Amino acid sequence: MAGVALAAAAALLAGCSSSDDTTDPLSEKKPDGGTVVVGSNNFAESILIADIYGEALKAKGIKVSYKLNIGSRETTYGLLKNGSVTVLPEYNGSLLAYLDSKAPQESAEAVNAAVKTKLDSKLTLLDSAPAEDKDSVSLNAETAKKYRLTGESTLEDLKDIAPDLVIGGSPEFQTRQQGLKGLESAYGLKFKSFKALDAGGPLTQAALTKNTVQAADIFTTDPTITKEKFVVLQDPKNLFGFANVTPLVHKSGLSEEGVAALNAVSAKLDTKTLLDMDSQVQLEKKDPLDVAKAWLKSAGLD
Amino acid sequence: MNVLNFINAFFSDSAHWKGYDGIPTRLWEHILYSLVALGIAAGIGLPVGLLTGHTGRGGNALSLIATAARALPSFGLLVLMFVVLGLGLLPVMIPLVVLAVPPILVTTYEAVRSVDPSPVDAARGMGMHESRILLQVELPVALPLILSGLRSAAIQIVSTATIAAYVSLGGLGRYIVDGLYQRDYEKVVGGATLVAVLALATLGLFWAVGRLAVSPGVRRSN
Amino acid sequence: MSGFFDIPSDLQHSWLGLIGLHLREALLPVLAGLVLALPIAQLCVRFRWLYPPVLWVTTVLYAIPSLAFFVVLIDYTGQTELTVMIPLAVYSLVILVPAIVDGVRSVPQETLAAATAMGFGPLRRYVQVQLPIAVPAIIAGLRVAVVSSISLVSVGTLIGNQGALGNLLADSMFYHRPELAVNSVVTTAVLAIVIDALLVGLRHLLTPWMEDTAK
Repeated sequence: MAGVALAAAAALLAGCSSSDDTTDPLSEKKPDGGTVVVGSNNFAESILIADIYGEALKAKGIKVSYKLNIGSRETTYGLLKNGSVTVLPEYNGSLLAYLDSKAPQESAEAVNAAVKTKLDSKLTLLDSAPAEDKDSVSLNAETAKKYRLTGESTLEDLKDIAPDLVIGGSPEFQTRQQGLKGLESAYGLKFKSFKALDAGGPLTQAALTKNTVQAADIFTTDPTITKEKFVVLQDPKNLFGFANVTPLVHKSGLSEEGVAALNAVSAKLDTKTLLDMDSQVQLEKKDPLDVAKAWLKSAGLD
Repeated sequence: MNVLNFINAFFSDSAHWKGYDGIPTRLWEHILYSLVALGIAAGIGLPVGLLTGHTGRGGNALSLIATAARALPSFGLLVLMFVVLGLGLLPVMIPLVVLAVPPILVTTYEAVRSVDPSPVDAARGMGMHESRILLQVELPVALPLILSGLRSAAIQIVSTATIAAYVSLGGLGRYIVDGLYQRDYEKVVGGATLVAVLALATLGLFWAVGRLAVSPGVRRSN
Repeated sequence: MSGFFDIPSDLQHSWLGLIGLHLREALLPVLAGLVLALPIAQLCVRFRWLYPPVLWVTTVLYAIPSLAFFVVLIDYTGQTELTVMIPLAVYSLVILVPAIVDGVRSVPQETLAAATAMGFGPLRRYVQVQLPIAVPAIIAGLRVAVVSSISLVSVGTLIGNQGALGNLLADSMFYHRPELAVNSVVTTAVLAIVIDALLVGLRHLLTPWMEDTAK
């Protein structure tokens, strides 16, 4: 009897030591040389645009692997720099504000030129799409009504009201120039408190709808703006700058053919199209990959 | 990167000590969430465990419930509760209570079950009422084990309450989640240190309660 | 397109694929933890003074929240499965060392003396006598470690979709699809219960001399 137990125990031990090898760091999967790794940040639109980029590259016979929902720009920028991600959908002005919080943002072209001088030498920006998705400070309907603010009102009108309001946004909004810092330095706004939510996602939408926060960082292509009658405040000092969808690329990882494919996508991607696709994903619950493929087909890019 | 440097930088930054995002506020929020969750879990686990342990019935049903509850993933339950119930404290309390009930319930049951039957029989022979037998004979003897169940529940709550930050609540998890997205390791390490210290303080507190509350006779026989 | 088993494309796995991934991310660390725990526990049994400091270290490690552990490791191991598995291995170790120490110590002195009298050396005595008798305690520890490991893998979704079934949770929020969260929670719980039951079965197999006291 004890013999059986011993044999079994020995087998258990042997099994353990051999399977332990698989946790070896060197066996970690690395994409091989020819594969383009398309990454995305941690929100729905970023995943959608990454799908569009990836499928457009595949259509040109380029090998693609996806690394989606990675995290915030603070993380993804590092992964591009070290080459573990080749292509990432970015927003030109937001990226510039991340690289240099003081850089002026006067035109989309100037922004792209400025980004290229600030970028790590291994990285570059491709052509920007006309499609724009900015951060914005938006109020819920209740708050807008209470303080008689409309879509014509600007962030300057918040000056006296801000101390009564709780503002929400992604955790990174708290420390970004295009966030609490800039709202204070450009508009002199000091809010009652900041509530960390998510990157314009369901937490932000829920908190604003439920009046847990009265103002929040909402993406201008968010389909819930119309659905929930949020009021997007004007930004005359251009704090949130330009936010044209632009591929950020690790130079050595993408062929000229790949560059051309992504520039062709940018040429056709406008704000209305982006809004429509966002609604299909977030409201109609279609899979982003299907939405991406359908659009590429309709745009003749597949 | 040096963890000790991060800890030092985090705690010596005076900005981390004041306001709604300051250490005192976040620490207090964390303690509050933990106490409420432990209170609810004990309110469920202790009476049910004491009764089933005393009567000796329902042990199998109890272990089934406990196994099922332990199998539920806390983080998954948190997100599910947020998706279903929306923002608020309730979506955070449910996973914490589900996490804490099994250890309290099972150890309380085991503790009362394993009380030496002879003093219980003696008390019954003296005509003691069942409720008095439970509270005055079984409970004092079972107390050390019951406290150990409460202790492991409390430690798990303190460590897990960090996930509240993922659905926008406060507590020490705020530093960890914010630090992740802001890529600010100082905050992550500082937050983790505070959680670990709070967990160890909880251990110490239970040790002290054990010294004070457990009858000297019981302590000696252990 | 929004059914219970329609897994969003960004996860790049089928439902079964996610289950496989989840089991791998949860179970390999427990096995690694067990392999490390056996010698550490044996040292603690051999040198009694070692046990209290080891217990202290493991208690402190256990008190570190998993998410913080993941985030700090990202710098060393990237946003990979390994980053999720290392903390889980540490937590398993923390659960298993005391379980094995208590199990091995519970072997009666007479039994050990008998084995020595029969001419067993220390290694043979450990492998053939102490370890088999400690099997119930080891399996009890493994059950706790496995269930907690399966639950904690889900948190990996926060560090770049490394949470296997947990990745459904982030997607459930992105795409406003509650059924994905239900899928994640139910599947994870069923996995935990099945693996737990398998361990109970394994104990019966390994300790046929014991009567059935399964609870």
